[in-house]
Amino acid sequence: MSQGNMNLTLKVWRQKNSKTNGQLVTYQLKDISPDMSFLEMFDVLNEQLIVKGEEPVAFDHDCREGICGMCSMFINGRPHGPKSKVTTCQLHMRSFKDGDTIVVEPWRAAAFPVIKDLTVDRSAFDRIIAKGGYISVNTGNAQDANNLPIPKPDADAAFSAAACIGCGACVATCKNSSAMLFVSAKISQLALLPQGQVERTTRAKSMVAQMDEEGFGNCSNTGACEVECPKGISLENIARMNREFFAANIKE
Amino acid sequence: MSNTSGKFLQSSLGKKLLMGLTGLFLVSFLLVHCFLNSFIFFNDGGLMFNQGAKFMATNPIIRVMEYVLFAGLILHMVQALILTMQNSKARPVKYAFTNGAANSKWYSRSMGILGSLLLLFLVIHLANFWVKSRFTGLPGVDANGNENLYLVMLEVFKNPLFVAVYMLGVFSLAFHLLHGFPSAFQSLGLNHKKYNPLIKGLGFWFTIIVCLLFAAMPISIFCGLIK
Repeated sequence: MSQGNMNLTLKVWRQKNSKTNGQLVTYQLKDISPDMSFLEMFDVLNEQLIVKGEEPVAFDHDCREGICGMCSMFINGRPHGPKSKVTTCQLHMRSFKDGDTIVVEPWRAAAFPVIKDLTVDRSAFDRIIAKGGYISVNTGNAQDANNLPIPKPDADAAFSAAACIGCGACVATCKNSSAMLFVSAKISQLALLPQGQVERTTRAKSMVAQMDEEGFGNCSNTGACEVECPKGISLENIARMNREFFAANIKE
Repeated sequence: MSNTSGKFLQSSLGKKLLMGLTGLFLVSFLLVHCFLNSFIFFNDGGLMFNQGAKFMATNPIIRVMEYVLFAGLILHMVQALILTMQNSKARPVKYAFTNGAANSKWYSRSMGILGSLLLLFLVIHLANFWVKSRFTGLPGVDANGNENLYLVMLEVFKNPLFVAVYMLGVFSLAFHLLHGFPSAFQSLGLNHKKYNPLIKGLGFWFTIIVCLLFAAMPISIFCGLIK
């Protein structure tokens, strides 16, 4: 074993499909480099499984640079593992020690049914976006940007909200499986900008209604989502969503 | 964009708003309750305290507010029950391993248990005082001719078991408030960089002062510091 490499015990959730029950299965991994990402460690595991003629572990991943929001593992009791403000693909094995046991589970929420092993169906988020997470823009040339002056603090807050990659870590870590951090980020990024004003009222009502319909839980303000969010989305957004929703209900 | 929103109070955010509003209303009750009970610290044989109790028992506004208070309390509990059941349904398969301590306070995750302990305490507390003063009658009058609720207090807090129950009640209240007070403002949408420290500080010191005063009452009577 090369210097600094480690041997690990993995306990991974294996589940054939959405209809069967799953269970944690234990795997031993040897000689894992601390420079590997967590997903590369899973690639090593899967190669071993394929050589042995076993079914590889299904897990979501795409860009592997922390911007797509696909990777979604619940590692040792926390979404995206022990480091703050990183996605699982940005988590490196140097965050673990030789001999560690690592428990890996899928996001767990009624609204995120397991498809297989560690992959879950997050299309509930897409359906919420479809209810109002967009703006209506006429086609044609974009007008001069200076025609729409935006206060710097508003632009910054909208940009921070827009950093949400929709990975679902907020839902996964929330003890209530609430999606309010996600929905509030999507409402905030548009509510703060002039382009978002046209659908502002209906957006808040429709997106919240869809969120409720999808079976996400209710927010109890524990603040876990904000801590675990790989993009640092703030709880301020949830308060803004509350205001948007109350105002929308007063208006119509 | 179709408008699919249902009734406001049935929505998740509507229920949160109601939780916050009823919670803050109950906080306002605590303030009055704690203030009047602190009259025992005059250590005048309960004369001031009984005077305060008489005002509460006879003032028509307070009489009406008692009904509002019970309504607020029941609403708070019913909402909590509905929310808890919905939240539990939102995660049918639980995690094998979670590390909640890494991202939130234990009392923020335990509001249901703390609230249930408070309800248990409240049943005992109402049986100790409220039932007696309202229905079964108090033991005589004091030197001013006021009904002697103070005597009931001295009687109850002679019993170390009741003192222990009241300490548990104050403990549950303290941690319920530590989360609940700032949380109510967040649910109302009141989150602002400039005022957040004020809300947090107000919540913290309200909790500390009210809970210390409440805890001091049974203890000082049990230890004979107040007669």
